[in-house]
Amino acid sequence: MDHIRKRKLKEKAIEALLLLCALLSVFITLSIVVILASESFGFFQEVSLAEFFTERQWTPLFADPKFGILPLVAGTLLTTGIALTVALPLGLLVAVYLSEFAPHQAREIIKPILELLAAVPTVVYGYFALLFLTPMLQQFIPDLSGFNALSPGIIMGIMIIPYVSSVSEDAMKAVPMHIREGSYAMGATKLQTAFRVIIPSAFSGIAAAFIIGISRAIGETMVVAIAAGGMPSLTANPLEPVQTLTAYIVQVCLGDAPHGTVAYKTIFAAGITLFCMTLGFNLLGYWLRKRIREVY
Amino acid sequence: MGNKIKSVCFALALLIVVARPAFTAPDRQVRIDGSSTVYPITEAVAEEFQKAKRGGIRVTVGISGTGGGFKKFCRGETDIADASRPILQKEMDVCREQGIEYIELPVAYDGLAVIVNPKNTWLSSLTVADLKKMWEPASQGKVMKWNQVRPVWPDAPLKLFGPGADSGTFDYFTEAIVGKAKASRGDFTASEDDNVLVQGVAGDRNSLGYFGLAYYEENRGRLKLVPIVSPATGKEVIPSLQTVMDGTYNPLSRPLFIYVNKASLAKPEVKEFVGYYLNNVGKLAKQVKYVPLPASAYKLAQERFTGLKTGSMFGGEEKVGMKIEDLLKLEGTKK
Repeated sequence: MDHIRKRKLKEKAIEALLLLCALLSVFITLSIVVILASESFGFFQEVSLAEFFTERQWTPLFADPKFGILPLVAGTLLTTGIALTVALPLGLLVAVYLSEFAPHQAREIIKPILELLAAVPTVVYGYFALLFLTPMLQQFIPDLSGFNALSPGIIMGIMIIPYVSSVSEDAMKAVPMHIREGSYAMGATKLQTAFRVIIPSAFSGIAAAFIIGISRAIGETMVVAIAAGGMPSLTANPLEPVQTLTAYIVQVCLGDAPHGTVAYKTIFAAGITLFCMTLGFNLLGYWLRKRIREVY
Repeated sequence: MGNKIKSVCFALALLIVVARPAFTAPDRQVRIDGSSTVYPITEAVAEEFQKAKRGGIRVTVGISGTGGGFKKFCRGETDIADASRPILQKEMDVCREQGIEYIELPVAYDGLAVIVNPKNTWLSSLTVADLKKMWEPASQGKVMKWNQVRPVWPDAPLKLFGPGADSGTFDYFTEAIVGKAKASRGDFTASEDDNVLVQGVAGDRNSLGYFGLAYYEENRGRLKLVPIVSPATGKEVIPSLQTVMDGTYNPLSRPLFIYVNKASLAKPEVKEFVGYYLNNVGKLAKQVKYVPLPASAYKLAQERFTGLKTGSMFGGEEKVGMKIEDLLKLEGTKK
């Protein structure tokens, strides 16, 4: 009888430990939110919300400081948009190929190479974009600036392909075989099956892959800090230098803004904007997946 | 079993004995931070010094900018501050509050070069008035094209690159060109890292930037140097070793300094390093494309160092357009 009680106690202890680990991650997330919010509160006491959202310039470190977040948001959205235009279609197509068409040997070779793409350090990608891709693009687009949004956007896209393709492929492989077989039995080709049957069935998994890609692109720091430039500007032109929220935070942190000044607090204002953007996309993804699941 | 444990213990003991020097080495360290303009000189001296000392003393050099360097210096976080301008009044106050005494040592002269892209065919020289129009705070958001500065120039976007607000180069340029230190427009690509600026100007034909002459010399093929019209003589002058030395490159020539924490001199490694610095910077500065001071200037600097003469010769203000002879006179009189 005694050892049964001991076993039950052990089980309870391990359960408690695992619960602690789960709660730890919740606690860390909450702490981050609290710190961002409290420091940003201090920021918004000195800078009005109206100026923050409507001012078209961001020059907090200079003599005539302007605190409009829109240029940084534009920079982030521009580079993210370009990255997603590259990563989402390509990632999905790679996943379709790997799950529906590829012979076994091809999969064995392609999957590790894709994982290699994800393993390259982002700083290497950054310098690759600045020193290799930009000069190459400048031969086709003479108006391209040395620092621009196009080059890091493309490189970020290439960097994100493995994330998108890996999760999408898992989602597609999880679709039961009998659905595929039913489709083939109806006379559909592999391509038709892939796009009209498998992808809609795996939609929630693919949406998760897309959300991962988007979050990765919004939060990417090194590539844009190195290759996109340091001048915040409210523009949709990918040939111009831009500065993203993440690159701005790096710039201020590398410098020496005295603790407690408005310049220092801009770090947290940019941080909380970034956080809200990522949160928004995650919520959108969650809502989309719930909705599609219902319809299906 | 006993033999295995014995051999493991022996190996561990050997490892500790061998690794002990690595544990003790970091104690002897000289920490330097500040101007990215002075950085190449200090880094060259640090490299030669560490080679001579065969790794016994570590010297670390940061590039937080002159302002950033002084902030750290006055908090006691660094032993030496690199500066491309004299210490300002408010920085002197902070140092005094924290009880930090400093010895100001001029080490070299620098020409601030204005650079454009080699594909820029319309620019032959610039006046101080042109530069003021491009860089003053009132131009923020307004002067965005070349033809808004001089109508004969093309209708092309004006892309500006320069050091950020923590940089001594920034302080000096704005003082010399706009008339007030730190008074600059904010909508340009700002970076304390001069290599980023080189990359920016080299990559865009409509760009213009300013940084220390040495960074131009290191990147000659990718950049074009712009002659500046001297306000004194009205003639165009190209910055070079010669024109900075004889004072004709005006007003963008300036002295470079290191500030040494007097308390840090109690550490023998810091004292040794500063002594080595003053003895060798004359020849090393030339190697990294800076303008060395005349031997008499270095002798006077040595006297300040050995005599532990604290305080600044400049009274907390910037001095624009100072020639080497003026610097010598200032050094000489303030005994």
